Amino acid sequence: MKLLTGNDLVTGDVTWWTGSGWSRHLEQAVDVGSQGEAIAAAEEAVRRVNGPYVIQAEMTAAGPRPAHIKDRIRAIGPTVRPDLGLKPADPTVGDWVI
Amino acid sequence: MYRYDEYDQAIVDARVEEFRDQTRRRLAGELSEDQFKPLRLMNGLYLQLHAYMLRIAIPYGTLSGEQMRMLAHIARTYDKDYGHFTTRQNLQFNWIKLSDAPDILAKLATVQMHAIQTSGNCIRNISSDQYAGAAADEVEDPRPWAELLRQWSTFHPEFLFLPRKFKIAVVACEEDRTAVKFHDIGLQLHRNEAGEAGFRVFVGGGMGRTPMVAPVIREFLPKAQLIGYLEACLRVYNRFGRRDNLYKARIKILVHELGADEYRRQVEEEFLHTQTLGLDAPQEEIDRIAAGFAPPPFEAGLSDEIDRSDPDFALWLDQQVAAHKVPGYAIVNISLKPVEGIPGDASSAQMELMGELAQQYSFDELRITHAQNVVLAHVRKSDLFRIWQALDAAGLATPNLGLIGDIIACPGLDYCSLANARSIPLAQKIAKRFGDLDEQRDLGELKIKISGCINACGHHHAGHIGILGVDRKGEENYQLSFGGSGAEDASLAKIIGPGFSEDGVVEAVGRAVSVYTELREPGERFLDTYRRIGEAPFKEAIYG
Repeated sequence: MKLLTGNDLVTGDVTWWTGSGWSRHLEQAVDVGSQGEAIAAAEEAVRRVNGPYVIQAEMTAAGPRPAHIKDRIRAIGPTVRPDLGLKPADPTVGDWVI
Repeated sequence: MYRYDEYDQAIVDARVEEFRDQTRRRLAGELSEDQFKPLRLMNGLYLQLHAYMLRIAIPYGTLSGEQMRMLAHIARTYDKDYGHFTTRQNLQFNWIKLSDAPDILAKLATVQMHAIQTSGNCIRNISSDQYAGAAADEVEDPRPWAELLRQWSTFHPEFLFLPRKFKIAVVACEEDRTAVKFHDIGLQLHRNEAGEAGFRVFVGGGMGRTPMVAPVIREFLPKAQLIGYLEACLRVYNRFGRRDNLYKARIKILVHELGADEYRRQVEEEFLHTQTLGLDAPQEEIDRIAAGFAPPPFEAGLSDEIDRSDPDFALWLDQQVAAHKVPGYAIVNISLKPVEGIPGDASSAQMELMGELAQQYSFDELRITHAQNVVLAHVRKSDLFRIWQALDAAGLATPNLGLIGDIIACPGLDYCSLANARSIPLAQKIAKRFGDLDEQRDLGELKIKISGCINACGHHHAGHIGILGVDRKGEENYQLSFGGSGAEDASLAKIIGPGFSEDGVVEAVGRAVSVYTELREPGERFLDTYRRIGEAPFKEAIYG
């Protein structure tokens, strides 16, 4: 599957395309198929995202999993500061990255 | 320390307002990201993995207690309560909102700080010795010259769009705490046979993709001719540096391809011209700047006696406190390397404390080191125990300066969009593996430096043990190198063999350290043993 991701223009937060908007939560990302570039261009033009790009991912039981470690780290936050990520209560969240 | 005059302040204030308007236009859609990106980068604002990152300049690594406390305030108010001190003696905030950036820069301007030229192909923050003005063996305080270069290079119209970024260091001791030979230009104050002070000029050093130790281009440059000579160095580079290839654009490539002799010849030819242009700073301006670095009012007749009855304090004294040129005073090294901590990170509370300690005990001055630690340069020996108690209570008194736990690590893939692999978790694992401070002291000076990509912000080329993170088919892999040094005996580390996983490289470091402890001779550091016996025993132990 292909996901569309980028950063929020104002906050810089990592965001994922949900089909109708942007979410900070990877679980809400949807397969953009061949439409990623077009969606990215349209969304960037109206300043809802900064630096959007399409990534490869696979669907797992736990939700989408980006193919590259860089995007997995983007999804959860710095592995060395899980307290600052989106799942601070989950001490195993860093394991998902590897 | 130097304080802004009205021109410095006006320049910085004007830049803040300019960036405020640029940000407004970006948020309003009047500027595209392609248009805005070079503008925000000129103000130190990057877009990293998780958010915008703001890199703040700390000129020659010196800042006041008030400035440190402002950094603490910004960490608390606008970021996630911490900051990261870098190998360029700067500070980075990792979680900045674009909409907040102009306000942050405005607050920084109130304490004479900015983020100008902390990015881009221009002359970056000038670095210097963290012991400047305190080391017994220095020719003179190098920072007035670093400040002169800061003023000269700020918004220099000819050098804002160089082929590539440009880094300068100024030092004044034979002992090199700044990695001066790994800079685009390294300036070392020394004395000639007549006893006059002048600069030894190194040009063409650097790390990154093509690491090089800089050759000497001028053995002795009279101080008064500094600007004219550097103009000549930069002009030759600006004219002939490789703008066609990003990876060959640094001055080290030009110097290497021309050869030091030919580069020197061209610089000297250009120097004859720049000397006719009246570019050098007038003596009264040099004197004005130097007055900002006048020695603080040291007390005379202080005792050198220190009560060492507390064993933990004594350990800290031996490892973290260095000799000062004035009797009764000492230099305190504050460790930002607690075991399993994040190298270079400090919380807002820790920054606040360090600022307060500087104001109370060190003539209101702190220094940031390229090894990502902090220094109080002028402390009365009679205050050391109180300072240690305060630092210890705040987790800032780990006695590991220069030891295996004092690891340099770039932010790596946990934060940086350029990185290929994580650096910090590896530093934490190695520090934990050698967490016993008695073992660390037994091993002696052993500098591990870790970079998460070939750009080498973690100085891995200059590590006694250097580690480079690479991307191998989407997975983190680490190359191990030995024999580098960023000190006066500068050398490049050499890759020992195939790479490792994260756990594998920790094991390999452990085996290399065992080789050292088995084969070292009395008084030898790890680096000395490696240089004496060569790589073979290490390779055998690691790869079998």
